Amino acid sequence: MVNEGFSSITQSLNGPIAQFLKDMEPAGFPLFPEQASTIAGGVDRLFFFLVLVAGFFSALIFILIFIFAVKYRRRSDDEKPKPIAGSHRLEIAWSVIPLLITFVMFGWGATLYVRNSRPPVNAVEVFVVGKQWMWKLQHSEGQREIDELHVPLGRPVKLTMTSEDVIHDFFIPAFRVKKDVVPGRYSTIWFQATKEGRYHLFCAQYCGAQHSAMTGWVYVMKPADYEKWLSGGGGESMESSGEKLFSRFGCVNCHHADGSGRGPSLVGVFGKPVQLESGETVTADEAYVRESILAPNAKIVKGYPAIMPTFQGQVSEEQLLQLIAYVKSLRTAERITK
Amino acid sequence: MNQWLNDSISSPWREKLATPEFTHSHQFDDNAQQFEAASLGMWVFLLTEIMFFGGLFCGYAVYRSQYLPSFEAGSRLLNVGFGAANTAVLLASSLTMALAVRAAQTRKGNALMIFVLLTMLLGIAFLGIKFFFEWIPDWRDGVVPGLHWVPTAEVVQHVAGRAGAVLPRVELFFCFYFFMTGMHALHMVVGLGIMTYLLLKARTGALTSGHFAPVEISGLYWHFVDIVWIFLFPLLYLIGGRY
Amino acid sequence: MATMVAEPPRVESRVNYLNASYGVKSWLLTTDHKRIALLYLVSITFFFLIGGIAATIIRLHLISPTGALVEPATYNKLFSVHGIIMIFFFLIPSIPAVLGNFLVPMMIGARDLAFPRINLLSWYIYVVGGLFTLYAILAGGVDTGWTFYTPYSSTYSNTHVLATGIGVFISGFSSILTGLNFIVTIHKMRAPGLTWFRLPLFIWAHYATSVIQILGTPVVAITIVLIALERVLHVGVFDPKLGGDPLLFQHLFWFYSHPAVYIMVLPSMGVVSELITCFSRKRIFGYEFVAFSSVAIAVLGFLVWAHHMFVAGISIYAGLVFSILSYLVAIPSAIKVFNWMATIYKGSISYDAPMLYALGFIGLFTMGGLTGLFLANLGVDVHIHDTYFVVAHFHYIMVGGALMGYLGGLHFWWPKISGRLYPDKWARFAALVIFLGFNLTFFPQFILGYLGMPRRYAVYPPEFQVLNVMSSAGASVLAVGYAIPLIYFIWSMRYGPIAGPNPWKAKGLEWSTSSPPPTDNFEQTPVVTEEAYAYGD
Repeated sequence: MVNEGFSSITQSLNGPIAQFLKDMEPAGFPLFPEQASTIAGGVDRLFFFLVLVAGFFSALIFILIFIFAVKYRRRSDDEKPKPIAGSHRLEIAWSVIPLLITFVMFGWGATLYVRNSRPPVNAVEVFVVGKQWMWKLQHSEGQREIDELHVPLGRPVKLTMTSEDVIHDFFIPAFRVKKDVVPGRYSTIWFQATKEGRYHLFCAQYCGAQHSAMTGWVYVMKPADYEKWLSGGGGESMESSGEKLFSRFGCVNCHHADGSGRGPSLVGVFGKPVQLESGETVTADEAYVRESILAPNAKIVKGYPAIMPTFQGQVSEEQLLQLIAYVKSLRTAERITK
Repeated sequence: MNQWLNDSISSPWREKLATPEFTHSHQFDDNAQQFEAASLGMWVFLLTEIMFFGGLFCGYAVYRSQYLPSFEAGSRLLNVGFGAANTAVLLASSLTMALAVRAAQTRKGNALMIFVLLTMLLGIAFLGIKFFFEWIPDWRDGVVPGLHWVPTAEVVQHVAGRAGAVLPRVELFFCFYFFMTGMHALHMVVGLGIMTYLLLKARTGALTSGHFAPVEISGLYWHFVDIVWIFLFPLLYLIGGRY
Repeated sequence: MATMVAEPPRVESRVNYLNASYGVKSWLLTTDHKRIALLYLVSITFFFLIGGIAATIIRLHLISPTGALVEPATYNKLFSVHGIIMIFFFLIPSIPAVLGNFLVPMMIGARDLAFPRINLLSWYIYVVGGLFTLYAILAGGVDTGWTFYTPYSSTYSNTHVLATGIGVFISGFSSILTGLNFIVTIHKMRAPGLTWFRLPLFIWAHYATSVIQILGTPVVAITIVLIALERVLHVGVFDPKLGGDPLLFQHLFWFYSHPAVYIMVLPSMGVVSELITCFSRKRIFGYEFVAFSSVAIAVLGFLVWAHHMFVAGISIYAGLVFSILSYLVAIPSAIKVFNWMATIYKGSISYDAPMLYALGFIGLFTMGGLTGLFLANLGVDVHIHDTYFVVAHFHYIMVGGALMGYLGGLHFWWPKISGRLYPDKWARFAALVIFLGFNLTFFPQFILGYLGMPRRYAVYPPEFQVLNVMSSAGASVLAVGYAIPLIYFIWSMRYGPIAGPNPWKAKGLEWSTSSPPPTDNFEQTPVVTEEAYAYGD
């Protein structure tokens, strides 16, 4: 409850602070990036608090140095100042007070961080594959983009990302979000845009020759315009593409919907715990599905033989994402075409 | 022999060091200070070696926890017999090394040289077993990672979980096997170099006239290399279960 | 007001370490810690120039948003070379290898370090490592950044990663051996009466630094070995396609590279303690607290490495742990700053160049350290990670802090090292130029970072240009500021007035012997009976 009271106070400061900063900016010369997401204001408020604290202590030290240098300047060559022995009380004071201040900083930041780490359940899902030196994105509905991301205003958007080669980083300053995009694993971020417009997208992890060119734009559109844009693209949904791949790669030959095949049925598997031969239990998330395709013998489902061949080198990262989308969609047996 | 072993273990070594035959380096005040400094220096150096190997052990721990079945399978491919033999060889060499230090302390020049020589022979035996009975066959079996990772059918059968599918990440296990034993072997070679130096120095009698510090600190190094192997052996050879 | 005592011109008749023997061999085969310090001084100045040239080209290039000077591929090599040279071949050796080597034995009343030949070996190892890296640069450079992240450095980069890695690996042993030498020397060779709590804080700082050097450097050494093996043998230790984990590299790398920044700044803090006390003519306030804070920084510094990885893919819980620990490590540094301020308070302050550098250090290090609190903050770091905010932060500490401490120390002990005085007015002018140029260069980068300009960008959106131009203008002022001491130090060796044994009337055993000192430092081993910084007695 204290938390809410605190954040309502700071929230009400958001407008005046933002206005103050805007007034400070010389014409057209920005000091702060735009606030275009639900969390941007919160991050800026915390940043402003840190600036105040840092500014206060820096100013204090600079001013004291100046005052001492003038007031205690040596006036005669044989001046002998009285030695001050030290003071335990002072030492404790100026250790504990800064410590408490850092606790406040930590607590505030940690709260933001934890809160922002959990994407809302009904988020629009977009899948990102980074490669040297471009961003390939695909919406679940099938729409593909390169170096551009169209998102609806006012709805949470969740990005699931991986890299084809080296580590990249997906950074949208206006939304205050950033996450490394790592080969061999999926990383996720989410945001909810609050302002229409066009915002920078940067790669923020050095990735080779054209790292500074691996940039793009995020377009925030009114929900109606977004729907229009989605349907305008044509192309099939990721689930549908995934279904086709499931057939093309022969997965359907072993993974029968009714469980009669040599491999386990995948209906209703996604997101649930899976019992393994080794005795441990894992959750069937995106990473598990990806590993099952690329390194099937790493985790064998209990009661099944280790006969699944690997598809490493045969299936691209985008195709993996489409297959995962398909597996996710297998909630009921009717979804399977066999 | 008994009398020799019992000989003044408890005597303050400071007395033994204050001999006219050896003069300390100019930056030190006396022989005792030099000996203390040399010892502390070697201990600090060994601390850095622990951190050096530590990085490899850390990588091993991370990947083993991620890929336990593959690591166990890889471990089963190693020859526990040779590993155990090498462990015995190294432990024996630490014994001979300790006896060499004792010989230097008690000014027994011949004994010193014999024990240093024995330590060297055991060290060479260790390297010989490793190279000829383990690494060369590994090369023939195609389990050297990287450019020559072509496991033979027999190997594949050994590591297969079931019917023919090779466990992934066995190659990663072998990366760590070769890196860690390779780094260890490199340290053994350096150790042999140090032993050679001791042997040559011992012939002049310099090490048995009260200044036995070089033997003692070389002994520290040798024991350290032995201890690293004591950790490597179970972690690499004994995690598979079936010996 | 100057406090240098005006000595009547005297011919140097006494034999000292500089004129005790002549000839190239007497320098290249010396075991005298003071001569080795000078060997290091020359070599690190050389590398500073190389790193500085890279920085100059970078700042000139960034005047234009589309890149004024070089291709992106070249730019990537420039910032990589700048980082590698400045960190491994300038900052890490700087104070320990030059001032530490010269002063540690003298401050504790010893004739030399514990292992003089290992000291010389340390310099040769440094030179060999430097030569490998120079070769890599001349053969075409390396473009991985000084952080060598995998799989780019292990699999994808086609530049001279191996040669550079070998150079850095070798130079690491120089660092380890120096640290080893200092630890043994400080433990075993203190003069009679010199208990631990009578030691100058310079010694405490170098002791703490040496502990970090011996524990941390081997880890980066083995990490470089692993990258090299991966490149040469095409194995998969860090490549996910072969089962490896790119994050393992980051953990191993930062486990050293975070404590490494304390290797760079702790010695500088030790210098500042010496300067503040001498030029306030006052005992240090809170001696034990400053001494223990050096140790605390060394210990805590090993516990915070993953704050470089908050967005890299570590778990939320790891993020929380490393954030709180990173806040903790800031406290000992704050304690030092407050104690220095309390030392100046009611002191008798003179504005000689060393004091100007020390005061500049306190101000700029405070700013740099406070901006570290931003980066330790989980809520804000997500936005400012890998932007120019980070670049500004670490330059405030490394350049505004460590380098200014090094320059201050050089100025303070120059009379002892060379037996000559440098021109005071030029020195103070240069300090001011450096201070102003530095702030103009790096303060705009804080703003650039929060605006969102990422690091390591050869081209950037046009709205960032004004701040970039400001930064580049500052860099040109800074370059002038650095050139001035280079000139007058060299000038002073021939034409500077002869310094007496203690021109600053400072306390400390090194000032009780002649300038320059004799080869064995003291005519007789001193006996210590008073506390450190016994000013005002």
